[in-house]
Amino acid sequence: AMLLKIKFMMCGAFVFSLGVYLKIELLRRAEVMENTEIHVVPNILLLVGLASMGTNWMASRVCQDSMDMSRFPRWKVLLLAWFAVAALLCCLLVAVVVLSYALQGRLEESLKIGLRNGIRFYKDTDVPGRCFQKETIDRLQIEFRCCGNNNYKDWFEVQWVSNRYLDLTSKDVKDRIRSNVDGRFLLDGVPFSCCNPASPRPCLQYQLTDNHAHFNYEYQTEELNLYARGCRQALTDYYMGLMNSTGPGVLSVILIQISVIVSLRYLQTAVEGAMALENPEDESVGYLLEKGLKETFEELKAKVLDMVKLAQVDPTTSEVSPEAQEAEKGDNATKTPSPPPAS
Amino acid sequence: MAVLPVKFTKTKRDKLAQVLWILNWISVVTGAILFSLGLFLKVEINKRKELMAERDIQYVPNMLIAVGLIACGINFLGGKICYDCVDTTKFMRWKLIMLPYIVCTFFFTSCILVGALMCYSMRGELEESLDMGLAVAMRFYKDTDTPGRCFLKRTVDLLQIEFHCCGNNGHRDWLKIQWISNRYLDMTSKEVADRLRSNVEGKYLMDSVPFSCCNVNSPRPCIQSQISNNSAHYNYDHVTEHLNLWTRGCRQALLDHYTYIMQSIGLTVLVIWVFEVREHSRMHLVCMAPLLSITLVFTMLQVQDPLFAGCLQ
Repeated sequence: AMLLKIKFMMCGAFVFSLGVYLKIELLRRAEVMENTEIHVVPNILLLVGLASMGTNWMASRVCQDSMDMSRFPRWKVLLLAWFAVAALLCCLLVAVVVLSYALQGRLEESLKIGLRNGIRFYKDTDVPGRCFQKETIDRLQIEFRCCGNNNYKDWFEVQWVSNRYLDLTSKDVKDRIRSNVDGRFLLDGVPFSCCNPASPRPCLQYQLTDNHAHFNYEYQTEELNLYARGCRQALTDYYMGLMNSTGPGVLSVILIQISVIVSLRYLQTAVEGAMALENPEDESVGYLLEKGLKETFEELKAKVLDMVKLAQVDPTTSEVSPEAQEAEKGDNATKTPSPPPAS
Repeated sequence: MAVLPVKFTKTKRDKLAQVLWILNWISVVTGAILFSLGLFLKVEINKRKELMAERDIQYVPNMLIAVGLIACGINFLGGKICYDCVDTTKFMRWKLIMLPYIVCTFFFTSCILVGALMCYSMRGELEESLDMGLAVAMRFYKDTDTPGRCFLKRTVDLLQIEFHCCGNNGHRDWLKIQWISNRYLDMTSKEVADRLRSNVEGKYLMDSVPFSCCNVNSPRPCIQSQISNNSAHYNYDHVTEHLNLWTRGCRQALLDHYTYIMQSIGLTVLVIWVFEVREHSRMHLVCMAPLLSITLVFTMLQVQDPLFAGCLQ
């Protein structure tokens, strides 16, 4: 029983720690993400992890008490609620697996907008609230070996050199600014963080589209000079990789949870059966459902409808309802003693 | 005259033997820790092998690995002996090797101490090795077409990016060497020809550094070329500008990194050494006691006496 307890708690702890890890990874790059929709995946994992630790602890207590006939009955009421909660947790875990694939598109959108803003505000190192964007984007490009949003050409469309460092009296600068419709200083150059260390030649950052500006250089065929990948693709691949690798873990936890639910159901019915017998030490029959699937469903439906009817019926007719309840109980009592074949 | 005599009842001896059995198993774990620390240091040194010149620094991790393995073996044996100490019949097997075993453990414990001290003494050798290795690596930075040296550019770039450093002692080291290969220099251009001619050894020296020296925290886009020329860039003063490039030298950065690793390892090994000394002296106490008492018993012809004195001699 102790071993089982530890095993079950570990499942919950595993799911919880997966959630924590994923959340931390997402928060680290929160500056280049526009919305936090993708955070629903780690949030659910955290919730399910905590909840499953609680439910599995309760399951282990039930197991311990099932060996003692006197202590078992007090769990009877809670067990139904337990089954509902455990089934809900399984559904949530399945939902997490589905969501982690379904939200890929939203993640890409979020990254696209976040990166676009980052690149646009790269030069604003003196504006409070945006002064960290340069450092963030540089570190990101170096760490993930990527350049720009889709590729390095994104840097050509943005002014990434601040006006503070432009000699506005110089003729070159003035010409360039005038030639642009919005009055921006655009270059065919990229920041240093786009440079690829694996390139055999020292990095070429400026005048990238001008073959004559550099010796022995052709920008159409040059592949190793800068990072070829876009940062949006790099980050999406990274996060999808993370979530894919957590997929098998979550699936195995789902299987373990289902097996716990099934075994606990068998245990509950077997012990209840044993308690009803004259000699509790004898063998008893355990089952998943007392009757067939359809009959159980009908019974449940009837019960629920009765409860609704009782709620609707006013206290004036309450004298009638207790009698009806007793009649129902009498019916149920005649039904239960007949043991059905084990399913 | 016996040294430090202590009285032991049978139950006390049993308890001590049990405690020592546990301690021995803990020592096996610490032996494994020593082994893994040595392995970690070896891996870290090999990672930067290309940047280190030939020096005798491999002996430190090798010693730690050897000591760790021997520690596991010796303490495993010690655990077995302690387990058998409780039962006098089983203990007879070990009688012959007890003394050599005790001598070995003393010798080996001193090896641990030597290993710990070596971690601190390695620093001087390491600094020299790094100095020479980095100078060579920077000299061959441009030789990306020479087999055997083609990875040095990438290694140095990644090192400068990762450790936030530039050059050997500082960024000026790059101004003294040619780090652009002749393949990418237009030899027909007048400027290039002039620059080559103006240098005694025919090297193409520039007033610029590779991109990996750029500081990520700088508020302005990185200035790599013409770094000593204030008029080449707007609003730039190379004397006061210290955020543009990394200021630390790579030798200092790597040395700090390795010193930190080795100090932690040295401290851990010292703690393990103290633990081993205490535990071995206790073990000798519990195991020498029955050894001497049994010899006494045999000379006095079988007396089942639960109470007698054990001595360290």
